[in-house]
Amino acid sequence: MNDASTPVKTTDARRPGIARRTVVDRAEPLIEGLIRLCGWSAIVFVFAIFFFVFWGAKSALFGGVSLVEFFTSARWQPTSEVRPEYGIFALLVGTLSVTVLAMAFAVPLGLGAAVFISEFCPGKPKEILKIVIELLAAIPSIVWGFIGYMVLGPILIETTGAAVGVNLLNGGIILALMSVPIIVSVGEDSLKAVPDSFREAALSLGASRWEIVYRVLFPAAKHGLLAAVLLGVGRAIGETMAVLMCTGHAVQIPRGLLDPVRTLTATIASEMGESVAGGMHYSVLFLIGLVLFLITFIVNLAADLVVKGVRNEQR
Amino acid sequence: MLGRVLKRWSSIALIVLLPTALAAGCGQSKDSSTAIRNEGSDTMVNIAQAWAEEYDHKHPDVHVQVLGGGSGVGIASLIDGNCDLANTSRKMKPDEIEKARQKRGAEPREIVVGYDALAIYVHKTNPLESISLAELAALFGEEGTLTKWSELGLPPNSQGSDKIIRVNRQSGSGTYFFFRETVLGKGKDMKLASVDANGSKDAVSLISHTPAAIGYSGMGYATEDVKMLKVSRRRGEPGAAPTLENARNGIYPITRPLQIYVIGQPAGPVKEYLDWILSPEGQEIVMQLGYVPLASKESSK
Repeated sequence: MNDASTPVKTTDARRPGIARRTVVDRAEPLIEGLIRLCGWSAIVFVFAIFFFVFWGAKSALFGGVSLVEFFTSARWQPTSEVRPEYGIFALLVGTLSVTVLAMAFAVPLGLGAAVFISEFCPGKPKEILKIVIELLAAIPSIVWGFIGYMVLGPILIETTGAAVGVNLLNGGIILALMSVPIIVSVGEDSLKAVPDSFREAALSLGASRWEIVYRVLFPAAKHGLLAAVLLGVGRAIGETMAVLMCTGHAVQIPRGLLDPVRTLTATIASEMGESVAGGMHYSVLFLIGLVLFLITFIVNLAADLVVKGVRNEQR
Repeated sequence: MLGRVLKRWSSIALIVLLPTALAAGCGQSKDSSTAIRNEGSDTMVNIAQAWAEEYDHKHPDVHVQVLGGGSGVGIASLIDGNCDLANTSRKMKPDEIEKARQKRGAEPREIVVGYDALAIYVHKTNPLESISLAELAALFGEEGTLTKWSELGLPPNSQGSDKIIRVNRQSGSGTYFFFRETVLGKGKDMKLASVDANGSKDAVSLISHTPAAIGYSGMGYATEDVKMLKVSRRRGEPGAAPTLENARNGIYPITRPLQIYVIGQPAGPVKEYLDWILSPEGQEIVMQLGYVPLASKESSK
């Protein structure tokens, strides 16, 4: 119905506007150029940032620090007077464990919410839910950090008997809550994009609602759902302020959910300000930035490859 | 952490807004106003702010801008010529002095303006009263073996967990360096896996939320939810409480000087400002904020 009525409308609207059209025609190459510039500038920015971080890290990268020690040592003693040690293994484990834990909470919760909103929720509550979840995404990370530190921390001490409230579990929960809105909104969009004919076909074959979701919608929307999860992962890895406040910021390999940990991002945030500009510690912090850059690159690349692989399979 | 972040943001806001404000203000006020830029230690930012406000009252023609950020930030800023006075709660390191000499062409000069005593804080429910430097070293030092509250004589699980939660500071802060040098001794490292707070206030606030915690911070940061321990030099000796007298006359063992660095011989308004800080009037402010003023002999020279 809609498709048929639109062309009629546009031809009607165009007739009196011939003069305006020529203005638009003239402006078109300009706008085209502008848009092209926007596109290219993204590439330029990425390379400029990469180069800037690389430049800051170069004195650590070439000769300052043994890369084997950098990646395999769990000893981070950057300001030691005896022998400064720059081993980021514990920080890497910290970042990965917080991210994995956050995703363990956020993926079921986020995808569940997305399924509920797109498939089961009736009109009005659906709109309210969507707005509230978008509001959740708008809460600044410092506020999340504050909640983890002031509210969740004491609760964790009381309920779990943890020695300290700011720890891996606290960071994981806060990060999960921060990534859920992204997973929900992207996931819901991709579920909505599955044509209704799929649902109708499944219904006519006698599938239950659960079977429709599990057997039909998930496979049909898997690119979008994967993208939703990876966006969540990206948010969790890159998050700084909230994890700085909630994870306890302790250099150690966690042995349990209640151990404090430290992440790569939080280390840069807390130490950059007071390291001597141009010194080795400063340069090593840039090197950590480079490692973070590399991790996100790998996550994105993996996502691309998986999505492409899925596409080829379908053909 | 929050305080630190707010401070960062307010300094960014200052940097962005100040030129605008100055440009707007220039039309009205006489052009004679001099600005003294004062930046550095978070420990000293409260004193520096109080000095600046009081001095602005007395000398409307001189405006003192104060920024926090940490001792290292202040020194870096002094080296780059972005501030006139750097507040630091630690001595400048040799490489920093060398950099300052190269970049600014003159020797950085150190002026001691007061003392700070680092208090050892525990949760208010903690029955411990006193601790020795040796025990602190065994707790915080790399080779230290002290990890349990029961080893300090506390009844088992009185703090919810027998494991002692060490609240440390981020490894670049002046307070961290001072504690490491005074308690562990020169050339020693801290034991890893401590919970590192990102600011003097945050360390105290974390301890107030954590019954099993122990940590250190300036004695001006005490709140009702934490308890300050007495500290003795040797195990078994009676400990000294972190009070003004004990800190100034050296009975309290963890005391450090607070200093301001300036490049070369101070002159003009900067010199007048420094002289005023060392005067009884300036020292009174140090006292009021819970830090330790210079003894009257030191301040009159």
